Amino acid sequence: MTDRFSFNKSPGASKAAVVAAILIFFIFPFFAGDYAIDTAFFFGIYALLGLSLNIVLGEVGLFDLGHAGFYAIGAYTTAILNTVYGLPVLALAPVSAMAAALFAYLVCSPIIHLRGDYLCIVTIGMGEIVRLALINNPFNITGGPNGVFGIDFPSLGGFLVIDSSIEYYFLIWGVVGVTIWGLVRLQNSKIGRAWNYIREDEAAAGAIGVDVRKYKLLAFVIGAGIAGVAGNIYASKLMVVSPESFSFWESCLLFCIVLIGGMGSIPGVLIGAAFISLFPEIFRPFAMYRMLVFGSVMILMMMFRPQGFWPRKRGRFSPGKALLKQEGEA
Amino acid sequence: MQVVFEQVINGLTIGSFYALIALGYSMVYGVLKLINFAHGDFFTLGSYVGYTILVWVSGLTVVHFGLWGLIVIAMFVAALAVALTGLAVERVAYRPIYPTGRLPAVVSALGASIFIQNAIMVVWGPRFQAYPSKLIPNIKFVLGGVNITLLQILILLMSFILMAVLYVVIQKTTFGAAVRASALDRETASLMGINFKKVIFFIFFLGPALGAMAGVMVGMYYRQISFTMGWNYGLKAFTATILGGIGNLPGAMFGGLILGVLEMLGAAYISAAWKDVFVFLILILVLIFRPNGLFGERVAEKV
Repeated sequence: MTDRFSFNKSPGASKAAVVAAILIFFIFPFFAGDYAIDTAFFFGIYALLGLSLNIVLGEVGLFDLGHAGFYAIGAYTTAILNTVYGLPVLALAPVSAMAAALFAYLVCSPIIHLRGDYLCIVTIGMGEIVRLALINNPFNITGGPNGVFGIDFPSLGGFLVIDSSIEYYFLIWGVVGVTIWGLVRLQNSKIGRAWNYIREDEAAAGAIGVDVRKYKLLAFVIGAGIAGVAGNIYASKLMVVSPESFSFWESCLLFCIVLIGGMGSIPGVLIGAAFISLFPEIFRPFAMYRMLVFGSVMILMMMFRPQGFWPRKRGRFSPGKALLKQEGEA
Repeated sequence: MQVVFEQVINGLTIGSFYALIALGYSMVYGVLKLINFAHGDFFTLGSYVGYTILVWVSGLTVVHFGLWGLIVIAMFVAALAVALTGLAVERVAYRPIYPTGRLPAVVSALGASIFIQNAIMVVWGPRFQAYPSKLIPNIKFVLGGVNITLLQILILLMSFILMAVLYVVIQKTTFGAAVRASALDRETASLMGINFKKVIFFIFFLGPALGAMAGVMVGMYYRQISFTMGWNYGLKAFTATILGGIGNLPGAMFGGLILGVLEMLGAAYISAAWKDVFVFLILILVLIFRPNGLFGERVAEKV
């Protein structure tokens, strides 16, 4: 079990660390103020988004810089169906996931054969098209630049209403937990192996009979679906969605989460998400200089840990440097 | 028909901005295979440096050099300042990182972009700045019923001269041949005695300088500049680079011009609000049918 999470040599110590981390996660919100809990909530949102992009970027190695587009589709699906048709938010979570996944399937089908940077720019274009379309308010349903507001709280049949910071905290981290469990299962399945094979050598994978096109599309569909769920929770937490929240900048942040943490590594994604979401909060006292610090730290991190903070270990040898070197030459 | 011609001229004007910025992307990409996300911010920085010279130092320089001299000085100083910044960014943020791979370099480039953008905000403030209004006399020429302003003619002239010079340098000089060879195959080029460090110096000097000049021109054309505008222009210019075929310099120039014209025609005939959607749709369609861009050559797959 431990090697799946790619922990270091001593499984006992790392297991203890995980137990401690989980305990802290359960106890922390009862002692912290609302501000800290909300920060932890957004950490959870970024963790979920990072995990979803990690499938596309980390597992399959596809450059996706338009991931905020899928997130937006999920958030707007929830927002519109809830405010216009009054459907309950929790029931809309799978609907949002499906809407985002379907969108990913339709959009990515014709472009999935593009390579590297060409795929990158097409996903950027796709994300921008989604954002611009939301601003332009097609059929008068997206509310234009102001967005949609007045989204309900999620509730279970009316008796458990999730409306406080602490409940949202448990909701998002519950979803993150389930997602991690599913992704670990996926990593060790036939699908996960096919994905990694495609990332390491697409031509060889194709030659040996892996349906490259199918597995790439599957990665986009699953990644978009999870991003859609993140959009659903985000919409109900903020009660308002507007196009600014889903800009190219957001996609870049998600990209950084995966790369700072370490491609394909689940604990790495959590660390990357922590960095992206907590750093600006912690450094708030620096006021207008904090983003200067943020940019410099990003550069420094890549200088000292180019393979990411917690790279995924595979098999007996450490892939980190050898892998990156190969990629640099290709 | 007149509307079409006018939109084409407007499109060529903004297209030449995209083309100048795209050249920087394309050169860096060609040699280092790195998407230089900080490039859009070089452009913004150029715009702000030009603004400072035009506004603050104008009293002094106008007396000595006249208005045209002032504009030339502003462009020259902006280009030089940003070129030096480009070299510094390469030295600090890219050189230690690109040997380890392409993706870490992307994060580093994004970090550099955030840094420059916020440095501009700290220095010049978060609000919009406006270029002086009566810089270039507002003269309109009417050619066969088509309006064209003096400023547009100047911008087109300057950008075409800059592009022509760069084209000649890249295609006709020994140094240009070194850059092209490095883009083709860095290791073999090094074995043939090409100094790769000089090539990198060259591209990180020229690329930001061209971007900065585009920045000053954008300032004169639209008059309003903001510290975040680099993202938008950078994104468009990067799109232009891909449209033309990445790493292909004439492709980047034509890509920029085509993008500008398409944008303006889209604004006139489809809708101003949807023009960017139109541009990205065209890009996606082009890439579906020509996966290596309009002018990109088909590269055999390495196994």
